[in-house]
Amino acid sequence: MSSVDTTTNAGQLLATASGGRRRRGDRIFSNTAVIAAVTILALLVGVAVFLVTEGYPALTASSAELPKGESFLSYVAPLAFGTCLAGVLAMIIAVPLAVAVALFITHIAPARIALTLGFFVDLLAAIPSIIYGLWGIFVLGPAAVPAMKWLEEKLGWIPIFEGPASITGRTMLVVGLVLAVMILPIVSAVAREVFSQTPRKLQEGAQALGATRWEMIRTTVLPFGKSSVISGAMLGLGRALGETMAVAIILSVSGGVTFNLIGQANPSTIAANIALNFPESSGLAINLLIATGLVLFVITLATNFLARMIIARSNAQ
Amino acid sequence: MTPPPDNSAALSTRSVLAGEGSGGGTLPDWAPYGAFGGALVFCAAVLAALGWFTVALMLVFGCLVAIVAIYAWSRPVEGRRRAKDRAITMAIVAAFGIAMAPLISLLYEVVKRGAAGISWEFFTSDARGAITGGGAEHAIVGTLIITACAVVISVPIGLMAAIYMNEYGRGPLLRALTFFVDVMTGIPSIVAGLFAYALFELFLGPGIQMGIMGSLALSVLMIPIVIRSAEEVLKIVPNHLREASYALGTPKWKTITKVVLPTAFAGLVTGVMLATARIIGETAPLLVTTGVVSSLNTNPFQGRMQNLAVYAYNEYRSPGVMKQASYDRAWAAALTLIAIVMILNVIARLVYRRYKTEIR
Amino acid sequence: MSSSRWLAVFAAACVLVLGLAACGGSDSSSSSNTETGSSENGSGGEALSAEVSGEIAGAGSTAQEAAQKAWIAEFENANGSATISYDGVGSGGGREKFIAGAVAFAGSDTPLSEEEGELGKAIKRCGPGELVEVPDYISPIAIVYNLPGVEELKLEPETLAKIFNQEIENWNDPEIEKENPGVELPETRIVPVNRSDESGTTENFTDYLSQIAPSVWTHEVSGEWPVKGGEAASGTSGVIEAVAAGEGAIGYADASQAGELGKALIKVGNTWAEPSPEAAAKVLDLSKEDPELEQGQKNVIAFEIDRKTEASGVYPIILVSSLIGCTKYKSADEAALVKAYFEYATSPEGQELSAEASGAAPLSSALTEKVEAAVGAIE
Repeated sequence: MSSVDTTTNAGQLLATASGGRRRRGDRIFSNTAVIAAVTILALLVGVAVFLVTEGYPALTASSAELPKGESFLSYVAPLAFGTCLAGVLAMIIAVPLAVAVALFITHIAPARIALTLGFFVDLLAAIPSIIYGLWGIFVLGPAAVPAMKWLEEKLGWIPIFEGPASITGRTMLVVGLVLAVMILPIVSAVAREVFSQTPRKLQEGAQALGATRWEMIRTTVLPFGKSSVISGAMLGLGRALGETMAVAIILSVSGGVTFNLIGQANPSTIAANIALNFPESSGLAINLLIATGLVLFVITLATNFLARMIIARSNAQ
Repeated sequence: MTPPPDNSAALSTRSVLAGEGSGGGTLPDWAPYGAFGGALVFCAAVLAALGWFTVALMLVFGCLVAIVAIYAWSRPVEGRRRAKDRAITMAIVAAFGIAMAPLISLLYEVVKRGAAGISWEFFTSDARGAITGGGAEHAIVGTLIITACAVVISVPIGLMAAIYMNEYGRGPLLRALTFFVDVMTGIPSIVAGLFAYALFELFLGPGIQMGIMGSLALSVLMIPIVIRSAEEVLKIVPNHLREASYALGTPKWKTITKVVLPTAFAGLVTGVMLATARIIGETAPLLVTTGVVSSLNTNPFQGRMQNLAVYAYNEYRSPGVMKQASYDRAWAAALTLIAIVMILNVIARLVYRRYKTEIR
Repeated sequence: MSSSRWLAVFAAACVLVLGLAACGGSDSSSSSNTETGSSENGSGGEALSAEVSGEIAGAGSTAQEAAQKAWIAEFENANGSATISYDGVGSGGGREKFIAGAVAFAGSDTPLSEEEGELGKAIKRCGPGELVEVPDYISPIAIVYNLPGVEELKLEPETLAKIFNQEIENWNDPEIEKENPGVELPETRIVPVNRSDESGTTENFTDYLSQIAPSVWTHEVSGEWPVKGGEAASGTSGVIEAVAAGEGAIGYADASQAGELGKALIKVGNTWAEPSPEAAAKVLDLSKEDPELEQGQKNVIAFEIDRKTEASGVYPIILVSSLIGCTKYKSADEAALVKAYFEYATSPEGQELSAEASGAAPLSSALTEKVEAAVGAIE
């Protein structure tokens, strides 16, 4: 960035030398950009203020006043756990797949069909979240039941496959899979964009040195795109953490904190919990739900903070 | 007569230098396909013998076996590095196949179930006065209007903010903006809807439901995606293009609009398409903001407006006695949504192809 | 290059078609819909005396949603310049919106009560003595089950409570077999299915269980299912689909949505009651009005549902949903429109339509009289 700064200054010196008109254009443009940036911050502050003011009564109420008779912390802890579990599951499945999809489209598939393939992957992003929900209930869930039974039988000693396996398949595992499919197009689109823009000369250089295709990818494309892929993954994680309808429709929500991925008693996620309970709630119950929304806000903040730190550290190398 | 030049020494030296195994040969062209086919057959036989045969299991294990097979086959013939290359290529292709499976399944289900609900009536009449049946025209028009308004709000703001972050930003404002845009990506859709509703309630009193409120809620969801992808694409535009422009004395704003943006144009279009696709199917925020109505309404600033996502959800949730017909309409609405996005995508792709510039 | 040309032509054609449909649709829709309207149910117009116009909005219970959709459709057919909308945001949301003055009427699965001070606030919104609350939708809640080969399943209330409290684990438990002699019950695990979202159906079902089997069902009556560990599904459709998907599942849902699933017979007194609309409507005739819920307001009809009744031909697991409105509104037009709509919904024709469209039980004639008196007070 610093080289751009010095040349910007040089350019601006030249520009001012040739008249004030250019400077005005520059000022208008940069001011518009700043206004846009400030508007967004204002929007975000607005959302935060909304969450805090509406959630505050629930945060300060005593356990007896709250609708469930338990403290706020014990109400929100299983929800936060469920949210993070679903998000992590989705990421573990989606990110490697998305990178593979992006590599396939940009480097392995013949150029002619590459664009069409990209088009189809992006189509996944357009499918409404309720349809993902219905697909989860009607197609993926029932299809997963035999697999989950098998996991319970053979690998039941691992806590995540403890079982007893749900008979309808509406489990955290299936939700994780559905979320992974939902965030796949986002991560892969960002990855595709950056992989295809890897400078030719870097790639050709590697090939000239005798690298195989994989070695070229490993040494040029992946490092070039690493921070963008992490960015894209964070975008996908944000989507997964905040996904409301699909989780609300699919997940069998009847349990607390548990790592059992194939059972019928699962913790809810914060967003799905709001969607399921908001319609019938009134008064303090609504404040309680919005307070959980505030907690989700904080969770997203924390994960993004972590991600930016990781990106900064990997860029500094 | 001189004997033909014997270059076996050169060949073996080259292969030693390249770190390959004893082989200097290559597998036949059909090798990957052969390995995959062979692996499938092998897995099918083993599964059948164990009594666990299903198509899905055969494909999954077949992929794993194929990767091992191609590596084992290539290693002695082509050497270690080539073998690794082949194995990983096969793994990537298999991963692509696995990633495509849900897409195919979803599209198949939506088309199959949605086709039952599609009819001329579906597109040309709304649900006013129809006790059972009726069309979704009001929902289709509503979706188009609400989405268009959301795009009009989000894209200029998002793009200018991304430009700010990439070209102008420095210091605390930049850091704050970067951080908070990340956070914005995680706002649950229903919270965005409640926020938009509360905002309008503040200024216009309770009970107001308008199309534009839904657009605002959707913008809150859309803006971070637009900013993030725009930022990534703008970052990739090489500095030497900017520097060349400045060196010629071009003012900064002209550099951005005439050099940086056109170079990044194709990627920006992709980002906007991604964001649009994301919000066009959103249900939760629209449930609380735009309301439900059975008549056509083309004014986003007045009155309730129906849209396809909420329409589908309602048909699924409260189907009435004619359950299958309602379910059919819900799937048909989903099919229409996908068709709309496909059309928009096609237009975007054409634009992309026309304007894509490569970085050399 | 030619393939992308074709793609462009195709895209343009689709856009054109959609555009034409949008423009031309508003003209053709009114004509095509009056045709559909008159062929569907010609008697709808007779229930109304004079045409009303204007726009009102209602919100609330999703249980009533299908019925409201039908009523609105028929009403709008008869009154071309009236537009009514009903948002299925849930009973709680509907009540809140009504109290805030955001909607003209609300649909609620539970009557307004003093628990959150709602009854007082609603009376304040309308003015003392001006609140109107009448039952308009009665629906039996069926106990649906998935046991292939078991045609008829009889369950005593206590057994039912134990099943849903997860105290009975397998279908071939002696307690169930005792009530079903001669029926082959499998060893499968019982999977109780409940609602994951807060709902009036849950509240009514838990109310029944706590009244009829208080020793077994010790949980608080609420719209949120109190027992953890079962299979939870969102919405009536969700519960039905979940029960249909798994063998050995049993759940509670609106009877009209049960479809192919078996419906259990519940013991009432000495007979086995079936979840039919008629049996459901009879319960209200046997129930008394609750003075605490009515607070002396003359146009409020709220019942304390007698779930312990032992009469024959009665099915006590029901959901009663009400319409909430005021007798006076800011504008006379709004009041006239609300009155006309309420009158239609609670009239015999309206109730017949709702029975057809949503499987509800029509209000009995005795109840209709009371309701019409209350609605008639709207000016």
